[in-house]
Amino acid sequence: MAQERTDSPEITTSTKIPFWYDPTKRAIIYQVVVLGMVGMVAYYLFTNTLANLERQNIATGFGFFAKEASFEIGESPISYSAADTYARALLVGVLNTIKVSFIGIILTVILGTFVGIVRLSRNWLVAKLAAIYIEVMQDIPVLLQLVFWYAVFYESFPSPRQALSPISGVYFSNRGMVFAVPELQPVYAYMALTFVAGCLAVWALRRWAKKRQEKTGQIFPVFYVSIAILLALPLATWLLGGAPLQMNVPELVGFNFEGGLTFSPEFAALLLGLVLYTAAFVAEIVRAGIQAISRGQVEAAMSLGLKPGQVLRLVILPQALRVIIPPLTSQMLNLTKNSTLAIAIGFPDFVSVANTTINQTGQAIEGVGLIMVVYLFFSLSTSAFMNWYNKKVALVER
Amino acid sequence: MQEAYETKVMKPPVTRAGVLGWVRANLFSSVFNSFLTVVTIYLLWKIVPGLIRWALIDSSWTTTGAECRAAGGACWSVVTKNLRFIIFGFFPYEWQWRPLLAMIILFTLLIVSRNRRYWKKWLGYLWVIGLFVMGLLLKGGLFGLPSVESTKWSGLPLTLLLSVFGLTAAYPLGVLLALGRQSRMPAIKSLSVVYIETIRGVPLISLLFMSSVMFPLFLPEGITINNILRAQVAIILFTAAYIAEVVRGGLQAISRGQYEAAESLGLNYYQKMRLIILPQALKIVIPPSVGILISAFKDTSLVVIIGLFDLLKTTQATLSDPRWMGFSVEAYVFIALLYFTGCFSMSSYSRRLERELYRGT
Repeated sequence: MAQERTDSPEITTSTKIPFWYDPTKRAIIYQVVVLGMVGMVAYYLFTNTLANLERQNIATGFGFFAKEASFEIGESPISYSAADTYARALLVGVLNTIKVSFIGIILTVILGTFVGIVRLSRNWLVAKLAAIYIEVMQDIPVLLQLVFWYAVFYESFPSPRQALSPISGVYFSNRGMVFAVPELQPVYAYMALTFVAGCLAVWALRRWAKKRQEKTGQIFPVFYVSIAILLALPLATWLLGGAPLQMNVPELVGFNFEGGLTFSPEFAALLLGLVLYTAAFVAEIVRAGIQAISRGQVEAAMSLGLKPGQVLRLVILPQALRVIIPPLTSQMLNLTKNSTLAIAIGFPDFVSVANTTINQTGQAIEGVGLIMVVYLFFSLSTSAFMNWYNKKVALVER
Repeated sequence: MQEAYETKVMKPPVTRAGVLGWVRANLFSSVFNSFLTVVTIYLLWKIVPGLIRWALIDSSWTTTGAECRAAGGACWSVVTKNLRFIIFGFFPYEWQWRPLLAMIILFTLLIVSRNRRYWKKWLGYLWVIGLFVMGLLLKGGLFGLPSVESTKWSGLPLTLLLSVFGLTAAYPLGVLLALGRQSRMPAIKSLSVVYIETIRGVPLISLLFMSSVMFPLFLPEGITINNILRAQVAIILFTAAYIAEVVRGGLQAISRGQYEAAESLGLNYYQKMRLIILPQALKIVIPPSVGILISAFKDTSLVVIIGLFDLLKTTQATLSDPRWMGFSVEAYVFIALLYFTGCFSMSSYSRRLERELYRGT
């Protein structure tokens, strides 16, 4: 044996290694086999599908987009009637999804941050209540919560005539939630414009202040000045426009409310369920983010002579947000995906409209494909934003 | 140091120790905290007594729907009178002990598995036997048990079936996907990445729709697969993508040295993974896997939307009975309690396990 061992270098160089012992070649073979199997399954399904479609006389493609939808949609941010096309119906669905997700995300972040901070409160009572809230909400399926709130709206709330009014101007009834909103004035559009202008000004100011600080070391009170700019500009516009104060207050006319802003029971239940459920997860994220900062960081910042506000703004928040933002984004995405459960309580979101479309036209493949593409678009754009943000806030190590 | 200090036995100050001290430290430590406590207690005082009155004092427990309406309070009768239908659904009445027995086996297995001392090979075999027996009890057709159509499977057993079998079948697939994502072969890696990211990007409901409206088109003529199995496949495919990401976290947590040590021992890929890497990685990811089991358990409620009679749907069916209409809140509170009990025990177990595992054993 020993004799052979010493000879082995010559043997290996002279004899050819069989190709299945070569890792690179073996990798290629594996990949070809896997791809071939996937391709075969795909081909099998594809031919079956074609045969089935032919047999059932279903035309493929998106030709149905231009056809008349001929079904009503309960609520729509844009004008829509049964005579409109499927394309417009689906657009209404997308807009409804965006509407509920957008409002839901804002409310969730506010409520979740609040509960997360309260959870860390030194007050035993409120901290325990927050903990109970988080645990209970996380452990009940969101669909069950949605149908629960829907049932509460339909069965437990009185008719509009005896509507509950916890705060004046807000009414709960089995027709949904109605509340007073400021009367629409042209001034508001200008206020929005000046707000955008204020944002631009703040951005420029921050750049200028940072440059100046790097050059001269002088600190400019960016934070307070920015807030002042953001508030003062719209306020000035409002005063210039004559300071309109009229409110559009809902009034009981016949059997229902008129005026104000109405959330249908479906929308209100969906929003309530999604917000209460997701806020529990957001609260945990916020708590973890705050707890992730070591006490030493705060002490170090204070011993550098920073004021409490500066400690919060320059030391705690940037570090906490680095921990909080990534899981927070995925919760926002979860909320958007969970809004598809609207179909169970009859709110016309995108999935619900697409489902009606599938049932009417039989275009199952196109319909399900559309649903997937739309939600993939939401999540891919979110993760693109996430990657950008992560790069921006990532630790720069020397 | 000549002078002897007089030592007096002093009582602890009342304001710092004892009940009063606790109250002071935890409820009234500052003006703001005192304010917060007072406001919270006021709100609780406004809400809780009314709730207790509704749920316990004025409630009816074993009456008919009409008597409930007259009584005014909570109508728990909707649950007690329809309990068997809510739990077992359309399973033939005289055979309902079978799903009950299956659930008892499942709970026993779960309780036994809680103890880490029993994490041996025999427990795995026990689970395989248990799952087989559970399937047999539901399906029947052997040992003199009459066969029960799967369309009759409903209620809590269906919910548990979908989540337990879903996770069991999704786990191996998820591990394969995670390994595929770590692979150095570009085709396999990109296939896994595309699969995982696509599934994680779409809502579960789109997969359920796919299984209910698109899947029949995929099959050759004459072959049909029943509803439950299709939903089960959708849940498996969905859960596998999430498991893959969890397992990937575990694989990444194993230090590079472990891989290199395995390779330098001359182990090939399968030996390396099976003997060195996966045993360590899978141990790390047990707590997050319990998290996935919790979500799978909650997510099975979505099958309502494609018309399966799970726990939520049997409840809704009960509520659509005119005799019991209008008691949704009570019925939903009951199944919420069931879900809560399940999820809470799992999540508190997962937290305990995490503490034990990270304490280092």
